Amino acid sequence: MEDTLTIADRSFTSRLFIGTGKYASNRIMAESIRASGSEMVTVALRRVDIENENDDMICAIDRDRCVLLPNTSGARDAAEAVRLARLARAAGGIHWIKLEVTPDPYYLLPDGTETLKAAQQLVADGFVVLPYINADPILAKKLQDIGTATVMPLASPIGSNQGLKTRAAIEIIIEQAVVPVVVDAGLGSPSHAAEAMEMGADAVLVNTAIATAQDPVAMARAFKLAVEAGRMAFNAGQATRQKTASASSPLTGFLRKE
Amino acid sequence: MQSIGDILKDEKLDEHSTWLETLESVSADDVQRELSQSPGRFRLNRLLTLVSPAAETFLEEMAQQAQALTTQRFGRTIQLYAPLYVSNYCVNRCRYCGFNSTHDFDRRRLTVDEAVADAGIIASEGFRHILLVSGEDRTGVPPEYFCALATRLRGRFSSIWIEIYPLTCEEYARLFAAGIDGVALYQETYDRSVYADWHQAGPKSAYDHRLDSPDRFAQAGMRRIGLGVLLGLADWRAETLALSRHAAYLMKKYWKAQVSFSFPRIRPAYEVCDQFDHLVGDTELVQMMLALRLCFADAGIVLSTRESAALRDRLTGLCVTSMSAGSKTNPGGYTGKHTTEQFTIDDSRTPALVAAMIRSAGREAVWKDWDTAFSA
Repeated sequence: MEDTLTIADRSFTSRLFIGTGKYASNRIMAESIRASGSEMVTVALRRVDIENENDDMICAIDRDRCVLLPNTSGARDAAEAVRLARLARAAGGIHWIKLEVTPDPYYLLPDGTETLKAAQQLVADGFVVLPYINADPILAKKLQDIGTATVMPLASPIGSNQGLKTRAAIEIIIEQAVVPVVVDAGLGSPSHAAEAMEMGADAVLVNTAIATAQDPVAMARAFKLAVEAGRMAFNAGQATRQKTASASSPLTGFLRKE
Repeated sequence: MQSIGDILKDEKLDEHSTWLETLESVSADDVQRELSQSPGRFRLNRLLTLVSPAAETFLEEMAQQAQALTTQRFGRTIQLYAPLYVSNYCVNRCRYCGFNSTHDFDRRRLTVDEAVADAGIIASEGFRHILLVSGEDRTGVPPEYFCALATRLRGRFSSIWIEIYPLTCEEYARLFAAGIDGVALYQETYDRSVYADWHQAGPKSAYDHRLDSPDRFAQAGMRRIGLGVLLGLADWRAETLALSRHAAYLMKKYWKAQVSFSFPRIRPAYEVCDQFDHLVGDTELVQMMLALRLCFADAGIVLSTRESAALRDRLTGLCVTSMSAGSKTNPGGYTGKHTTEQFTIDDSRTPALVAAMIRSAGREAVWKDWDTAFSA
């Protein structure tokens, strides 16, 4: 059976989502997206003219292949995020939204309270909401309870390339979630992405590590393979890990009859 | 939390002479040790080390770290904006400025309609970020003028900054509500005695009122805080210490606002003669930018057309995040009016040529990186 990911009413064969900031040109961005095999591409509403069909960045994304996922990057509170999402839907006709409420412009860490508030309004408004959150298992539960399509916990601060610093909390989220868990932000190398997939994440989102690599297109392909490998390993059921080699039984050996 | 004025006083950062010896005493070993630390976080001592004379020999290493950090945090992009000068009337007598009230020339202020016309040219060149600039002309271009202008410009621009005289917190709040989201206000110099010497009359002579302005506009909700010193008035190394202290203070206190740094170097201007003891050369300018980047990973670094095309080309891939292009520094300049400019620009290339240069440097020229939909 094909191993597809379903979010709302869409199925995805690729489990790698791509961000579009930080590229040296729209051409390199487009080639990187193609090489990544991604079918979900997020775009900051602040960067594009969503109502303009000829917007350079939007035009560079192959929308036959990819779902265009607008995000509310830059919103400081729920009101701003909701307003931005509504205007995007009115202008661009897209009812999917990656909800980002990041009042601190330096580490861009998500505000859980405001994210929850915005998600409530947007879900009620009929949006498919994919919220960016701290790796907070309780917040993840609250969000899925109100009807978000996914939860997107961060691996480490966005753009930091530090990898899975929040591993322990993400493990809990994955264990408990009933919606897809997309590990977002901070994955700096393909091995980080593979690690998240091996843990059982449903997908990962990557931007900086690809866009600012020396060769973004090659790096996009590397992430594609890593995500596939990680997913395959997860499905394969990994062998048990232990700290020591398994020797004979020093404590209970005496019980064995000669 | 103490006021920034008290902090600077306590740490003697408003008295540059007290820091010169410490700056001289930094050794090459100190610089090396600092450069071995993970870059991007502020400590006064780190900044001091990186702006010291000893750090001059480490510029290449600093540049490499700054470039990597800037690319990581901002990507391979440079954001573009254009200034719109709306009035060259001014009640101040800053001895370095072409708009000095004692200078005799045909002053000009734009009506809101005229300013909208100039802004139309700016928009047609591709800009979506605009900076409204004026002299201290509160009677001619009062806060209501900027509210009215911003309301007219909101449809065409996604981000509107101002660089005008200091306002009250309530006035800033009105401007924010009208769609202005950033304020640039440079202290010019953080040294109190040098400040007093260069600003002998007019409202601008009040050092503390100016110093507290970023507090007022951050409290009013502004998202972007532009800081800077006018390079040439006082020792740039000591200025950078005070500037960085101010930035760190604002970032902690107003954690939702983003700080950016500008680096205006004194330029030839109308009736302003060469009488500056602290002019800053290219090497020093670059050292200052790099030191700030290595202490503030996420601060904007802005480079205007005051600088030459050759230097701007070189700095594009280094640590700059935002640039003006095709600037006119005289009111009505975009629609071809011949009025007196604040200073002579150096890089006179068209916006399209600057964008092409940015692309050839392997960066994307970003015209839009904000949206008026953020504001109510």
